[in-house]
Amino acid sequence: MLRNRFLILGTLLALSVVGYMTLGAVGSWSFLIPFRASKLAALALVSVCLAVSTVLFQTITANRILTPSVMGFDALYVFILTAIVHSFGAAGYAAIPAPLLFVMNLVLMTGMGLVLFSLLIKGGRGDILKMVLTGIVLGILIRALTGFLQRMIDPSEFQTIQSVSFARFTYVDKLNLAMAAVVALPALVMAWRMRHRLDVIALGPVAATGLGETPKRGQRQALVLICLLTASATALAGPMSSGGAGPSSFFGLIVAALAHMITPSYKHSVLLPSAAMLACITLIGGQTVMERVLHLSTPLAVVIEVLGGITFLILLLKRRMA
Amino acid sequence: MISIRNVSHSIDHHPILHDVSLDIPRGGITALIGPNGAGKSTLLSLVARLAALTTGEISVDTLQIGKCKDRDLAKVLAIMPQSTQVSSRLTIRDLVGFGRYPWHQGHPGPEDREKVEETLTRFGLEPLAHRFLDEVSGGQKQRAFAAMAYAQSTPYLLLDEPLNNLDIAASRSLMRLLRDMAEEDGKTILIVLHDINYAAAFADRLVVMKEGRIAADGKPEKVVSAKLLYDVFGTDAPVCMMDERPVVLV
Repeated sequence: MLRNRFLILGTLLALSVVGYMTLGAVGSWSFLIPFRASKLAALALVSVCLAVSTVLFQTITANRILTPSVMGFDALYVFILTAIVHSFGAAGYAAIPAPLLFVMNLVLMTGMGLVLFSLLIKGGRGDILKMVLTGIVLGILIRALTGFLQRMIDPSEFQTIQSVSFARFTYVDKLNLAMAAVVALPALVMAWRMRHRLDVIALGPVAATGLGETPKRGQRQALVLICLLTASATALAGPMSSGGAGPSSFFGLIVAALAHMITPSYKHSVLLPSAAMLACITLIGGQTVMERVLHLSTPLAVVIEVLGGITFLILLLKRRMA
Repeated sequence: MISIRNVSHSIDHHPILHDVSLDIPRGGITALIGPNGAGKSTLLSLVARLAALTTGEISVDTLQIGKCKDRDLAKVLAIMPQSTQVSSRLTIRDLVGFGRYPWHQGHPGPEDREKVEETLTRFGLEPLAHRFLDEVSGGQKQRAFAAMAYAQSTPYLLLDEPLNNLDIAASRSLMRLLRDMAEEDGKTILIVLHDINYAAAFADRLVVMKEGRIAADGKPEKVVSAKLLYDVFGTDAPVCMMDERPVVLV
């Protein structure tokens, strides 16, 4: 059964990739193929990063309705952006070389994630809750600071912030893409190598300890990977949630929930690839449909938020009824 | 042998265990009993490395807790988790399969699969093997967890109040299973029990704890008396003997 479902997912994925590359082609193929290929690579990288980090996060928090974005990564991204525009102006922001900005984003986001997560190391399972709550509160604090700074900014400079605080795939800087890949790909490989250990950790701390896994060490390692994956995806494409002000990025939530539904298994060797494929299908397929078929200018992130909100409510209601 | 040497433990500056030393040689069932808050579960969780050992030493055969690799310890010492502590949606066969994890690290070989099937047969779980854990009764679930611990093929097994939420039939059948594992497979079982009657009926040795210290230690018929109940538990229940086993009348 799982095999057939993976075949269907593979077919859908291939269809979205081919559709993305070929539909609505105007101009010469020799220009179009590399241009679209780099955007495709960015879409795929972001999808896989967010899907894998969400599955990891849900496993170590033993919670199916949380995503790493509760830790305020998106909010921090917008804050960094706002702080730069506030201090140096829109022209100053534009003058910062893209690679430097990228590295800064990556380092700050990973750093904040790790600081937050080191709170977790001190205690037992209850501390995951504490960490999540701290993350939410910190996110609110960062958003409030961002709002404060934005109110003091010249309206025309505020436009700059607004235009870049949505996830966007209209233009992809090849150097940024390469840097994101250098961080994300090793993290993905390590996540895949953890798959059996994650199965055991998902059993809960008592059973995992009895089977020779140290849950806290596994959680710590997974958290580092989550930081790297989420930070590199956000630094590459911008925040997936609504301008960094939304309650959470629903994208990871949707794909993780779909993965549990379509390929039900406790095995991470099933869940990780299935969530990653679903993420690529959603993002690449969604982008193809929005851009090429419907010719809509609505950012895909907005549509994902709407669908994600509904998924979130369904998950909540299902839990209540169960 | 599980050897506990001069172990003290505090939780949030409240002392729970005071300089406890205890040896549990190979073979038989040893039950830890005592009133609530006596420190028996804490002692078990220190042996199980679920809590970090701060003062004293604990070793299992040649492996010292806190110094040896968790992976090596998992081949010697199994912990039977309570069903409420396990969250994943698993079938009974999957759960029993996890018992083999310390031996194959996620890549089960033919001998691991054989052991799982043998365990399922032995515990009478074959007809239920494809059922999910949340679809079976509490007793069957507990039996599946015992099967998982058995499949781990360790000489030692630890259990913390496994009879919680079980009815009398399920409780007796689980204790019977543990008895078989001790007698037929020579497993050494350390178990925290609430009910003195179950402990007296199924254990070879009782270790009674009170306020973080060992208050009494020995065979059930030697240990369980009206005086002990009064001294340790602070209640005046009468004790009588039936078939050479002490029974507390409640």
